[in-house]
Amino acid sequence: MSKKKKIIHPYIPNSVPEIKAKMLEEIGVKNIESLYEDIPESLRFKEELNLPEPFLSEYALKRHVEQILSKNQTCQENLSFLGGDCWQHYVPAICDEINQRSEFLTAYAGEPYEDHGRFQTLFEYASMMGELLDMDVVNVPTYDWGQAASTSIRMAGRITGRTEILISETISPDRLSIIKNYCKPTIKINTVKYDPKTGKLNLEDLEEKISSKTAGIYFENPSYLGCIEDQGKIISDIAHSQGALSLVGIDPISLGILVPPSNYGADIVCGDIQALGMHMQFGGGLAGFIATRDEERFVMEYPSRLFGITKTTVEGEHGFSDVTYNRTSFHDRIEGKEFVGTASALWGITAGVYLALAGPQGMQELGQVIVQKSQYAVKRLSKINGVKIPFEQSSYFKEVVVDFNDAGKSVKEINKVLLEKNIFGGKDISNEFPELGNCAVYCITEIHSKEDIDRLTHTLEEYLVKEELQ
Amino acid sequence: MNKKTKVRNFHQAKWDEPVIYELSNKGERGILFPEIEKEIEEIIGDGISRLPENMIRKQPPNLPELSQMRVLKHYLRLSQQTLGADLNVDIGQGTCTMKYSPKINEEFAKSPKVTELHPSQDERTVQGILEIIYNLDLFLREISGLDKFTLQPGGGSQAIFAMASIIHAFHESNGDSEKRDEIISTMFSHPSDAAAPTVKGYKVINIYPNEDGLPDVEALKKAVSNRTAGLLITNPEDTGIFNPKIKEFTQIVHDAGGICGYDQANANGILGITRAKEADFDLCFFNLHKTFSSPHGCGGPATGALGVTKELIKFLPVPLVEYDNEKFYFNYDVPKSIGKVRAFYGVIPAILKAYSWIMSLGSEGLKEVSQIAVLNNNYLLKKILEIRGANAPYARGRHRIEQVRYSWNKLYEDTGVTTEDVTCRMVDFGFHMWSSHHPFIVPQPFTLEPTESYSKAELDEYIAGLKKVVEEAYDNPEIVKNAPHRSVVHKLKTDTLDDPERWAITWRAYLKKNKK
Repeated sequence: MSKKKKIIHPYIPNSVPEIKAKMLEEIGVKNIESLYEDIPESLRFKEELNLPEPFLSEYALKRHVEQILSKNQTCQENLSFLGGDCWQHYVPAICDEINQRSEFLTAYAGEPYEDHGRFQTLFEYASMMGELLDMDVVNVPTYDWGQAASTSIRMAGRITGRTEILISETISPDRLSIIKNYCKPTIKINTVKYDPKTGKLNLEDLEEKISSKTAGIYFENPSYLGCIEDQGKIISDIAHSQGALSLVGIDPISLGILVPPSNYGADIVCGDIQALGMHMQFGGGLAGFIATRDEERFVMEYPSRLFGITKTTVEGEHGFSDVTYNRTSFHDRIEGKEFVGTASALWGITAGVYLALAGPQGMQELGQVIVQKSQYAVKRLSKINGVKIPFEQSSYFKEVVVDFNDAGKSVKEINKVLLEKNIFGGKDISNEFPELGNCAVYCITEIHSKEDIDRLTHTLEEYLVKEELQ
Repeated sequence: MNKKTKVRNFHQAKWDEPVIYELSNKGERGILFPEIEKEIEEIIGDGISRLPENMIRKQPPNLPELSQMRVLKHYLRLSQQTLGADLNVDIGQGTCTMKYSPKINEEFAKSPKVTELHPSQDERTVQGILEIIYNLDLFLREISGLDKFTLQPGGGSQAIFAMASIIHAFHESNGDSEKRDEIISTMFSHPSDAAAPTVKGYKVINIYPNEDGLPDVEALKKAVSNRTAGLLITNPEDTGIFNPKIKEFTQIVHDAGGICGYDQANANGILGITRAKEADFDLCFFNLHKTFSSPHGCGGPATGALGVTKELIKFLPVPLVEYDNEKFYFNYDVPKSIGKVRAFYGVIPAILKAYSWIMSLGSEGLKEVSQIAVLNNNYLLKKILEIRGANAPYARGRHRIEQVRYSWNKLYEDTGVTTEDVTCRMVDFGFHMWSSHHPFIVPQPFTLEPTESYSKAELDEYIAGLKKVVEEAYDNPEIVKNAPHRSVVHKLKTDTLDDPERWAITWRAYLKKNKK
């Protein structure tokens, strides 16, 4: 850009000199500088910001950004088996169509009148999630599962008046890190062991650690290691017998075929809705939900917005607005529950679209096809020499631990070879779960064809067997 | 539209669209998912019977059943019943910087080169997106004067919580975290500047404004002690008045042994003008969905980009994105890291849009953004003060930065018409007007922030709307008090919303509580 040529930027209409002059005149000042009279000289930044020369034409900007993005290799161009807190599912076209609508994309915090649609879509999202979860209260989404779990735990602390929490060791380590920071220094966290044979919670360890100081036990189902926990009722009963709450984190896309946690005694359920119509976006598509029964002692502890349905002055008209707004930090900056702010509402609207498209049958069929495919993958993988599937007595939904301890190759080496063949191998958990040794979590969803799974197993077989022969 | 008064004969879309459950028809399908291959089915069977018996769902979830076009139509109608910034002169949501979110940046975010990336991919396969993250960090360092940014927090409030966590970790590393248990904030800072540190276990002292509308230095001096952990403060505050003594604030808190976090969520009036560094802040954050143009999405997804000085880098959440002159990579070796505040690396679409926005403007452009935002704001201020019943408390006769907190108190005293009434009537002309954060220190408050995005003609149109409503308030207050008349729905009955017996947060709860 030539320094001398003054451009009128398309994003800044009142840069036009005549308009600017007219406005300055109206204000009664000579120049814009005098509007900054309150910023003392000593605080002024006197240099030019050292930023790259801008791309003023939209075309040049497009060339620039696309050139950078072209360096990425995607899960669409490759075959990916990555899961673990972010998952590749099919995103129906209408999900994108709706969340890219100008109205939803650029609205923010309007009133229940001009933003009626925002309130209704988020109420409907909560309503459909409520059916999936078999619970009556669901929040406007928070940032992600980690935040949802953290808040569920803090809610349990306030509801029970206790400050200790038990968490299953099979939780995602990243999520545990979020929870630890969110709870520190108020809530003390202890972990509960899992059974190395089944991957399920070790009930003896739970009984030993739970006490009348425990606010709640938090476990995930399926866990980060993929195992379906079928002792939910027993765990909830143990918690309740100590006056503690049962807190369960889940993947909502599993609930077409799996029993929702409310049916086995959960008091607060949380998780991520990314699988319900959000692209992965390098982890940008996450959004957390929290659900409870419709009891005042639960509802009043939510920090989130809760949208409710009500009447208007016109008979038969539905209106929507905030339920118990006064509990939020928007109303009371000190006494409000935790804090609320901009989080991930647009993904909530999108998940609503997804659930409306899928319907009861769709969720059921989807859940079934996912377990069939993951079971097929387990069957194929476990036949490879040097490859084992631990926790065999248990069962999986879409993620499964693959054990390469006898393969003579580290997960890192294996994934490197797979990458050369345009396959993104499962997530390396050898550092996250050192007791399992050389393992990876593979994720199989409806997007994987039989051919994809066969290609993975062939490639692994070829590499591992060939290496063995050498 | 009447060209002379500039008030539109507006009516919002009103489809009378039922709740989605009321549209359900048994058996209709909205989407079909991939079917299982025969070969797999032959080997595996139905899959479900292998699951633990007590974990198999017996009743399918009670979701609505609709054909695809009907779902689309439902949501399109609801979108038309939502007034986004793309459609209105969205200057009524002060503090939130409702500026233009360029469409080209949406195109980038829609690219499969972004949407189809898994966060655990090998670093070699994601060099493009890491480059964006890293370079945005560099840009924000320059804009703030601080030394390193994390883009992990998923919004301003989460960034504030991360700041409180870093303040806590800092004192912990000095063995001081138990003694230093107080955070100081101000009443005109964002509510989360008080609420988030409270979650972190801090006692929060809120400094009230003095008669100039600025937080009182004397009150601050009284508030600090050896219990002071830090300061979390917005500047300019919600009033749009820049606190010229901000450096004195950081000095006082530093002298007491505290560290200082700058809430620059909204920095739209000061880009290239003044920075966190010159005011001696240790931490600051920018909302990429405010100043840096990423759209608000009905309330997220969003990003609170958090920057720190060199001394505090070791406390940042992991991973940091670094560059070794050959490749971009994740650095998990952050010795005293607070851990994680959000999963993975942040809200990538917001990060990408902010990057692209800065690259479309450059240094001169960013400064122009701020200058025009300030010009627009002071023009608006001048015009609003000409409206009967409106005023702008504090700093009389002085100029403001990017926004102003006004008051309808005079209007209320004259006519009985409240801020809420004006808000509801503005809707009838296609406008949105917001009141203020709580508590309402300014009586009958409203907060306007014109940003750089709207033309003078559009600002004039908004002003004409306000004038029209005020005229009505004086001549025929009932029309204002019973508004809206031309919006999607009419005045809400809100009494059910605070009553546990009658509130209904889901459709199923509504049906249970309203059985005939």
